[in-house]
Amino acid sequence: MAEITASGPPPAAAPDPAGDEDTPRAIFTPVDRADRAFRILLRSGGLAVFAITGLIAFFLVYQAHSAFAKAGWSFLSTSAFIPQQGHFGIAAALPDGVVIALIALAVAVPTAITAAVFISEFAPVRLRRPLIAVIDLMAAIPSIVYALWGVFFLQPRVVGLARWASDHLGGAIPPLKVRGGEEQSLFTSSPFLAGLVVSLMVVPIATSICREVYSQAPVGEREAAYALGSSRWGMVRTVVLPYGRGGTVGAIMLGFGRAMGETIAVSLIISPGYFFTWRIFEHNGLSIPALIALRYQESTPEILSALMAAGLVLFTVTLAVNAAAGVVVARSRSGQQTAD
Amino acid sequence: MSTEILEPELRSGLEPPDLEPPHEVPFRPRTLTGESVFLLLGSAAAAFAVSWLTYERILPFTGAFGFWLVWYALLLVFYGAAVVVVHGRRAVSDHLTGLFAASVGLLILAVVLEQIGYVLLRGAAALVHLNFFTQNMGSTGPADPLTSGGVLHAMVGSVEQVGIATVLAVPLGVLAALFMAEIGGPMARPVRALVEAMTSLPEIIAGLFIYALFILTFGLRQNGFAAGLALTVMMIPYVARASEVMLRLVPNSLREAAYALGSSQWRVVWSVVLPTARSGLTTAVVLGIARAIGETAPVLLTSGFSSFMNANPFSGWQTSLPLFVYESVREPEPAMIQRAFGAALVLMCLILVLFTIARVAGGTAPGEPTRRQRRRMARDLARPARIGGGPGDGPDGELDDGSQEAEHATA
Repeated sequence: MAEITASGPPPAAAPDPAGDEDTPRAIFTPVDRADRAFRILLRSGGLAVFAITGLIAFFLVYQAHSAFAKAGWSFLSTSAFIPQQGHFGIAAALPDGVVIALIALAVAVPTAITAAVFISEFAPVRLRRPLIAVIDLMAAIPSIVYALWGVFFLQPRVVGLARWASDHLGGAIPPLKVRGGEEQSLFTSSPFLAGLVVSLMVVPIATSICREVYSQAPVGEREAAYALGSSRWGMVRTVVLPYGRGGTVGAIMLGFGRAMGETIAVSLIISPGYFFTWRIFEHNGLSIPALIALRYQESTPEILSALMAAGLVLFTVTLAVNAAAGVVVARSRSGQQTAD
Repeated sequence: MSTEILEPELRSGLEPPDLEPPHEVPFRPRTLTGESVFLLLGSAAAAFAVSWLTYERILPFTGAFGFWLVWYALLLVFYGAAVVVVHGRRAVSDHLTGLFAASVGLLILAVVLEQIGYVLLRGAAALVHLNFFTQNMGSTGPADPLTSGGVLHAMVGSVEQVGIATVLAVPLGVLAALFMAEIGGPMARPVRALVEAMTSLPEIIAGLFIYALFILTFGLRQNGFAAGLALTVMMIPYVARASEVMLRLVPNSLREAAYALGSSQWRVVWSVVLPTARSGLTTAVVLGIARAIGETAPVLLTSGFSSFMNANPFSGWQTSLPLFVYESVREPEPAMIQRAFGAALVLMCLILVLFTIARVAGGTAPGEPTRRQRRRMARDLARPARIGGGPGDGPDGELDDGSQEAEHATA
């Protein structure tokens, strides 16, 4: 097509089907004033979303400006958080938050994928809708309720596991080791517990995205697998999971974003410590949202500005992760992985 | 419509009921047979016996957690062995993954029931005292018994803040959804991507934003209105996302029919699209409310915390239920922790009620008549037909019926 347009109008001999056929009549739709106003109204609704996101970014930058000016690049490399002395950064909160999120994902992702496979493939058809309702309900439970459950119910039960892991596996796997003695309190308020509770909030999000993607695996290829003598699991392994790979990756990324942003459960569970630790059973941990929730009451301008800076980093990271996840999921669902 | 990212609760009731064609059902191997149930029960009993013998009697371990872990591992082993005997080796992976998947499903069910049951168990002690609903914590100390003090102030705060958020977020969210669904164009894609990303924005960022805007920049004090604004920021993308899904379910033939009758665009949206998607939009809004009412992080920074009743959201600190839970549970007094669980139970009840409403309201697909409309249609059918004009009793009813008829004509 390119060379034709480059050499001017096509010669009559060239087979150009578009040129021979009738061109459709251009239809002009007059838009009256009411409709024009209506469209402007709707456009402004769409733009409002942009405006809100832009305002969030603007005001976080505006308020974080002085903190960034004071700390410079050391904001990313300082663990301590003492803005009064100009000594602050997120070198503890950000990686600690990532550790918590990774623990949450380590629990939630296998659970979510299995649950999604169960709902879309293994469960009796009659049970499918109630099971979906259960997942929806799990997502509707507020995080404060999960946090209460984690602190009062799960914590006493996890301490035993943490002790056992620290005693028996800690020698071989250093992250599981708890240093400093045998006191019960050393094993509480750990990133591991926080990660476990956060995983409960990741499970419903990841499950429902995976389930939706899995249930869209093409019927023709499913039945082809069965026709070749595959068992149900064989079909899931060779058709459903490969088809849903992109969606699964997107679900994991969205779950990561959710886990990074969880505030209440983490701030109620962990005991804040301003140095990075990868020892997941120790009595020390932090994340950016927890940092903000725990420190915002010390409302000196320096601290608030430093918290805004931390919030800006969180906002940027989660927005980027979520947007990338959205792209991945959307692409996986466009059917480009299997030619229909 | 299926190319959307949604948080799960958005989706409850949003999906059309399984529209499987009646004649052609996809092949699905049978899931549960009598034989597999017996194999499973037998393996479970055997695993229980062996794990009791080894774990409790022979090995130096104790503890329920380890016991059930060993039991489950043995169950998988025994069940696999039984399947080999009965069905042959090739069936093992299928049966074991089926069992494993089912047990994960059961685990999730158990966790959800556990959340509800645990809050119910711990919170019931506070709720049996009627004063929990009629008093505030203004004249009650943390150590006072449960017979004094209550969460009326937090309930009022929650209702007002969520009310403010609903009033602001629903029109904006639905407008954004209408923009994405009805106008579209090159602008719609970035808006949709942004809405998706904002839907799972960390809750604390909404609070931080309002704090930066309202308190640091404008110099206002923390109050209920600021908390409502923070919840609005959370709710808009949520409502927009869910509403757009619902609007996309409205059949295009309805829109085209209305355009063919000469309607202008706003007429089509107002009289055809919105009424058709009404049940789904209700679901979207109710689920948005259910989500907003449970959010703690946005209100934590913006509303302030007060023990007194403050019914005026525009001045003074105002507590809401999640915030009350968050603040009370950090106190050392057992009575305060019981109150926290009581408030959490109230919150859970509210959310369960909203969730049920959403599922009931979302039970009908767009275009499918609700029970009331179906009754009216039956009544109209029983009546002798009149010439000219619909059978409805008002403009609203008439339009409803019109959209129903258009839908049935296309179906």
